[in-house]
Amino acid sequence: MFASARAWMLPGPTTHGHYQIELACESCHTSAFTSAEALQQACVGCHGAELKEADDKHPLAKFADPRNAPLLEKVDATMCVTCHSEHRPRMTNAMGVTLPDDFCVHCHAGIAEERPSHAGMGFDTCASAGCHNFHDNRALYEDFLLRHLDAADTRERAQVAARDFVEIAAMLPEYPSDRYPIAALTEAQADAPDHARANATAMNDWLASSHAAAGVNCSGCHQAGAADTWVDRPDHAACATCHAPEAKGFTAGKHGMRLAHGFSPMTPAQARLPMVPQAMDTPLTCSTCHGAHAFETQTAAADACLGCHADRHSLAYRSSKHFELWQKELSGELPAGSGVSCATCHMPRIEHRDPEFDIKRVLVQHNQNDTLRPNEKMLRPVCLACHGLQFSIDALADATLIERNFNGTPSAQIRSLEMARERLREHEAQRNRSAQTSN
Amino acid sequence: MKTRRSPLKKAAVALAATATTLAAGAAIAEGVSYKRMADALHAVMESDRTVYTRVVVNRLTNEEKVIKASEHWKDEKALPLPAQMFRFGAEMVAEKNAGFTYSLLSLWPVNKQNAPRTPAEKEGLEAVVKNPKQPFYTEETLGKTKYFTAVYPDRAVAPACVTCHNEHRDSPRTDFKIGDVMGGVVLRIPME
Repeated sequence: MFASARAWMLPGPTTHGHYQIELACESCHTSAFTSAEALQQACVGCHGAELKEADDKHPLAKFADPRNAPLLEKVDATMCVTCHSEHRPRMTNAMGVTLPDDFCVHCHAGIAEERPSHAGMGFDTCASAGCHNFHDNRALYEDFLLRHLDAADTRERAQVAARDFVEIAAMLPEYPSDRYPIAALTEAQADAPDHARANATAMNDWLASSHAAAGVNCSGCHQAGAADTWVDRPDHAACATCHAPEAKGFTAGKHGMRLAHGFSPMTPAQARLPMVPQAMDTPLTCSTCHGAHAFETQTAAADACLGCHADRHSLAYRSSKHFELWQKELSGELPAGSGVSCATCHMPRIEHRDPEFDIKRVLVQHNQNDTLRPNEKMLRPVCLACHGLQFSIDALADATLIERNFNGTPSAQIRSLEMARERLREHEAQRNRSAQTSN
Repeated sequence: MKTRRSPLKKAAVALAATATTLAAGAAIAEGVSYKRMADALHAVMESDRTVYTRVVVNRLTNEEKVIKASEHWKDEKALPLPAQMFRFGAEMVAEKNAGFTYSLLSLWPVNKQNAPRTPAEKEGLEAVVKNPKQPFYTEETLGKTKYFTAVYPDRAVAPACVTCHNEHRDSPRTDFKIGDVMGGVVLRIPME
C-alpha cells in the first residue's frame, strides 16, 4: 500500500517512540486483525531484551501465576498495551503511559500499612516524584539507596570507562582478524581500486584514522563481509560486520530506527524536537556523525549532536560545567574520560556482554533513548560514575535544571534516601529494644 | 480433603487438552490423581530447595563464611537467597506453560506480595502451620479456571533461614526457630 494511503488509515498519531515507523503498520500488526498475543509478541520482539536487562520488576512470569488473576482483572499487566496503548495522543501521558497516572493504586492500595511513611502520598506521585519506576528500579531500590547515603555530590576521581574494542577485537568470533590483522597500514598497502585511490582527502582521513592504525583496510568497509564487489558508499550494515552491538543500538534508537524498518534515513526535519534549520535535510547514517574515512569519535560525541539539536538543553550545553570539562579533556588538560560530552550521558560507554560467547567489553550504547524516559535509567550507567546518588536523583527530577544543562544546583531534595535512612534507624532502634528486653 | 482419581475414559478429553493443561491432562490420562502429581512435584521442589539452602547457602555463608547471600546478589556479587532461587525456578516454569504453577507464600512474608491472597491460600497456610505433617488440599476457582490447589509446609531447614528472616527489616516476625514452619509452597494444577 502507498505511504499516503497508509497515513490516511492511521487511527491516530503514534507516540514519540513509534511515530518514525508508524507507516510500517506490520511492525506491530503482524497480520490483518492481529490477535492480542501477536501484538504482545511484536512489543516483546523489540523491547523484550531491554526489559530483561533492566531486571523488569513486573515481568510476565510474575503475573502468569493464577493467584494474580484478581489483580489482572483490574490491570492486565501481562499485556504491554494495557498501559501503553498506541494511537491515543490525547490520553498519552509521560513515558507513553495511557492509564491515569495513579495506576499503582490498583494493586498497591494498602502500601501505607507496610510503609507508614507513605501514608497520604498520592498514587500519582509513585513514579513522578523520583522514587519508583514500574519496570526498572535498579538504581531506586531501598538497599541501593542505603548504600549510597551521604555520598559527595561529585566524586573526587570522576571518570568514565575507556572503550576497549582494539584490545578485544581479535577475540571476537565475528571480527575478520584473518583478513585484517591488527597492525597499522600504510598508503602503499591500501587496497582500494584506482578510482577510489584518487580521492586524496579520503586517503588522508583514513590514514589518520583508528581504522588504518588497527589494520582495517579499504575493503573492510567497501567490501564488507568479504563481498565480491566494491561499494562506494557503504551503509550501516557494513559497519555492523565489525560493530554489531553499536549498529543494533543505533537502529533501535531515534537516529536509526527508520533504517531498521526499511525506510529512508531519519532527517532532523522529521524530528519532534527543535532542530537547527540548516540541518533539516541531513540524512542520518553512521557516517553522518562519525564522518566517512576519518571515523572520528570526538566530533561525534558533541559537535555532531549540536549540528542538528537546537532545544534548550542542547543550546545550554556550551555554557555548562560538563562542556568545560569536555574542553579540558580535548585540550589534554584532563585525562581521557573526565570530560562530559553529549555522548557521555546520552550514548554512554556501557559494559556489554556478548550473549553467545560471554565476552565482556566496554562499548558505546548507540541507542540514545536507552538512558532516557524515564531519565532515572541514566543514574547507574552515567550519573553515578561521577556524582552521588542523592545529587543525581535530585538533578534528574529538576526539569528546569535539565533545561539549563545542569548549570546550577538542584532546587529540591528528593526524600527517598532520607526515608530509607529513617526506616533503617527505626529498625535498628527496635532491634536494640527487643535485645534489651530479652536480656 | 478432596482428591480425585479420574477414570480412564476421560483420557480422550484429557489428550485434547490445551497446552496450559497438558501436564495435568497427561497425569489424568495415566490415571495419576492431581494429589499424586502435586505431591511428586513438591517432593522435587522441597529436595532441591533443601539442598541449595543447606549445601550452598548455609554452608558457604554461615559455616565457611566465604561469600554472602543477598537479595541483590547481582549488585553485591553474592549468592541468590533460597527464596529467590525458588521463585526464579517458579517463574521459569510459568513462562513454559508447564501445566502447573507454584509459589512460596507465608503468613509472615518479607515481601508483602507473598502474603496469602485467596481464601484457599490463607486456610492452607494456617493449616500447615498448625499441622506440619499434613499437606493441605482443596479446589478453587481463579479467573475462570478451576484449580486443584495443594499447600505444603515450608520449614526452616538451616540456621541461615532463621537468622535472615528474624533480622530482616521487612520481616513481620522475628522469633523463628529452626524446624518452624515459616511458610508454605502453594502448588496449583488447572483441572480439566
